[in-house]
Amino acid sequence: MIAFVIRRLLQAVLVMMAVGFVAFSLFAYVGDPVAIMLGQDFTAESRRLLVHELGLDQPFFVQYVHFLLNAAQGNFGISYRLARPVSELLLERLPATLELSLCAAALALAVGVPLGVYTGLNRESWLSRLLLTVSLVGVSLPTFLIGILLILVFSVVLGWLPSFGRGTTVALGWWTTGFLTESGLRALILPSVTLAMFQMTLIMRLVRSEMLEVLRTDYIKFARARGLSDRAINFGHALKNTLVPVITITGLQLGGIIAFAIVTETVFQWPGMGFLFIQSVSAADIPVMAAYLVLIAFFFVMINLVVDLLYYGVDPRLRIDRAAAAGHGH
Amino acid sequence: MTMAPDRTKLLEVRNLRVEFPMRRGTLVAVDDVSFDIAPGEVLGVVGESGAGKSMTGAAIIGLLEPPGRIAGGEIRLDGRRIDGLPYEKMRRVRGREIGAIFQDPLTSLNPLYTVGRQLVETILTHLDMSEKAARERALQLLQDVGIPAAERRIDHYPHQFSGGMRQRVVIALALSANPRLIVADEPTTALDVSIQAQIITLIKRLCREHGTAVMLVTHDMGVIAETADRVAVMYAGRIAEIGPVRDVISRARHPYTEGLMGSIPKIGEAGGRLAQIDGAMPRLSAIPKGCAFNPRCAKAFERCRAERPEPLTVDATDVACWLYDPAPAVRR
Amino acid sequence: MDALRRALDSDIYYSFRRSPVVMLSAVVTLLFFAGAIFAPWIAPQNPFDLRQVDLMDASLPPFWLPDGQAHFPLGTDTQGRDVFSTILFGSRISLLVGVFSVVFAMVLGIALGLVAGYAGGTIDAVIMRVADVQLSFPAILIALLIDGVARLVIPQELQHEIALYVLILAIGFSGWVQYARTVRGSCMVEKGKEYVQAARVIGRHPVAIMLQHVLPNVLGPVLVIATIHLAIAIITEATLSFLGVGVPPTEPSLGTLIRIGNNFLFSGEWWITVFPGIALVVMVLAVNLLGDWLRDALNPKLR
Repeated sequence: MIAFVIRRLLQAVLVMMAVGFVAFSLFAYVGDPVAIMLGQDFTAESRRLLVHELGLDQPFFVQYVHFLLNAAQGNFGISYRLARPVSELLLERLPATLELSLCAAALALAVGVPLGVYTGLNRESWLSRLLLTVSLVGVSLPTFLIGILLILVFSVVLGWLPSFGRGTTVALGWWTTGFLTESGLRALILPSVTLAMFQMTLIMRLVRSEMLEVLRTDYIKFARARGLSDRAINFGHALKNTLVPVITITGLQLGGIIAFAIVTETVFQWPGMGFLFIQSVSAADIPVMAAYLVLIAFFFVMINLVVDLLYYGVDPRLRIDRAAAAGHGH
Repeated sequence: MTMAPDRTKLLEVRNLRVEFPMRRGTLVAVDDVSFDIAPGEVLGVVGESGAGKSMTGAAIIGLLEPPGRIAGGEIRLDGRRIDGLPYEKMRRVRGREIGAIFQDPLTSLNPLYTVGRQLVETILTHLDMSEKAARERALQLLQDVGIPAAERRIDHYPHQFSGGMRQRVVIALALSANPRLIVADEPTTALDVSIQAQIITLIKRLCREHGTAVMLVTHDMGVIAETADRVAVMYAGRIAEIGPVRDVISRARHPYTEGLMGSIPKIGEAGGRLAQIDGAMPRLSAIPKGCAFNPRCAKAFERCRAERPEPLTVDATDVACWLYDPAPAVRR
Repeated sequence: MDALRRALDSDIYYSFRRSPVVMLSAVVTLLFFAGAIFAPWIAPQNPFDLRQVDLMDASLPPFWLPDGQAHFPLGTDTQGRDVFSTILFGSRISLLVGVFSVVFAMVLGIALGLVAGYAGGTIDAVIMRVADVQLSFPAILIALLIDGVARLVIPQELQHEIALYVLILAIGFSGWVQYARTVRGSCMVEKGKEYVQAARVIGRHPVAIMLQHVLPNVLGPVLVIATIHLAIAIITEATLSFLGVGVPPTEPSLGTLIRIGNNFLFSGEWWITVFPGIALVVMVLAVNLLGDWLRDALNPKLR
């Protein structure tokens, strides 16, 4: 168990270092940060001083380590565009993105998984066929278009829900939440549905195909030959075996949700990190881009780590301790 | 037609026909197959792959894979028809009255549950007993099938067992509700040669002890010779010859069986390839007119190419071959 | 002739003929491709030729609404451009980017898959590790990143000219993993076979002979991946363009059109954004339906 966790952690650290490297290269070699920070008039001397101050005259490797150490402490420098510390900017927008992603993920899973199980078990029913066709339309609808259509219907035509922003938020320490006010909750509805829709249909289709895969296995056939009830076979055997791939899918989809939050936030002008990122890309605000990249990578790595640990909990084949394996495994 | 219950027959299969509707017409995987199994008897069913032997087994336990379906004939267990039973009724027959053993022990067990849990679950499905009693029975079964240190192994997962040990667990599962018939589909094919004999001996011993009849489907004549009381030789979806195992082996009557006997391997050698017969079994979509075997048969004559042979009784054996028709062909 | 007869008799053609939905999607896909290729000749107007555009025609609704005009069937945008024509030209850009990024991903993926599968060892481990890591990041994020970086590296004056190529590379690069995995798997299977060893003996290069055997084996799966990938690539392009980091507004794709139209949603000119949106969804849906069918048709046991 411990060895497994350590191996996974090491892998996670490696991925983070690689991402850090990409972010650092961005930082160090793309554009000319010194020129941007100095502005219009500068002397060779003031330039040399700033280069020294930023450590840009040091060897590449030293700079990289320096960057990693700073990043680990949450220090990503100062935004070119907004002239404020990047960490502060991101922290301000983190709650908005997390609340949106959380709602969307919960919605996507709560609807997608049961529908996937249902369509997997009742392959021939007309409802399954209908759901499958509808889901294909869902997969073909780009997230931004879903957002626009929802705005068109619910904000422009019906006027029921707000089309942008987070509504009124309440500050809990540094965390601002939209969960506690009516306007905050109303503002959350359209973006969450938008963000959840694509993932929901994807999750449904993936769960369905995993379910079908499992139902074709020999052990399910053998369970039938043993005369077990449909209930025991479907929910005891098939569902549990579908769980492993479903956990993977969920992990990947959470990643997808964080990525597509960029799109949703742009459509709804949601004051989150994704919206900030898009604005930074347009303005070539490299420190923000680099920091966002590292932060997102960190989320992904954490999600993957949790997924791996969950596997471990579900699948006994990963759990064999070495003594037992040596004693009986042949 | 009603048949009086016949106590000497546990399973009766009459004119069974299994079809697969395909887009280019219907494939007939099992055609007009009839046989009986007496209580406690071991019937070997032998043939090349695609001969319809596994399909026959699947039809008996009611688990034909769609689009396959029973298109004709009857299957009776103790005189009661079991083909076409509603799903829920057939489910109570499976496991309770007819147990099954599949080919690959590595994939027959659910990897996520301990063998104990899978046994207890099967026992509780069919027998009315407490969970505790079920666990004791599970333990007893594991001991019966020769799993060492069963008290400890009962809580192990399938992946912690070797292939042979897993097949023993599968046998324990098949026996767990004391069925009167076991359909064993190639139970040793996926195993190491050295383990095959052990498993066959085990099946034979347990079934004798429990009085369980066995339908042993295999392509391995050696296994049949070792185990079966009677043997049915299948070719292209039909039974070519069926009779006491000794008769069929020592005095094969159907030319196909003769060819098969020429290729008997001994237990301990790799499975039986039918090297002595020229050509290959026809595809189900292209079964020749007359006797399906006629293009490969050295003794075929005109009638074989025109008319399909019906089973003829010769001593204790039924053989579907015109060579044994006492009446002249012109009679009809 | 014989090959044609065989093709018409195949199971795939049969399942194609049996499903009206699939036939319809094939027709729709073909129409989109035809519309895209021949846009300059069949569009009523070249919306990017200022001489053909009249500001007096601006913001006309579709023809069935009051004020709508028959020669602007889907209405006009705020600069007087015919929406139907902009959709034809937009599909051209969308499909161009989609098809070429799929081709790029396919070539890259097949090459890396072959290398990984054939070389094995460290090279294989590195390629597959990178693939694993990349797979855990959504394609859109990778494309966005590559595109963002390219924007910074490339001098301002060149940006408009090569934006399309950058986009194709970015989207293509974000999608090679699936191809590589499939090809690698098949390659590993073939590598162990005797004919590869035999090829060495005869003096043929094993890679050459493996190409000859691996490629036909993976043709089906690669085709399925490519079809589904085309749908994803079109969506990705549209999304990037919608975010304003895709194709330049001088050559708008469907995504760009939707973004531009989105600004007029609240002033009531919904057609400027809704019709390109519908075109995009219908196109992607048709391709997705084809991909779905192809996957089932090539894998009968999955039905």
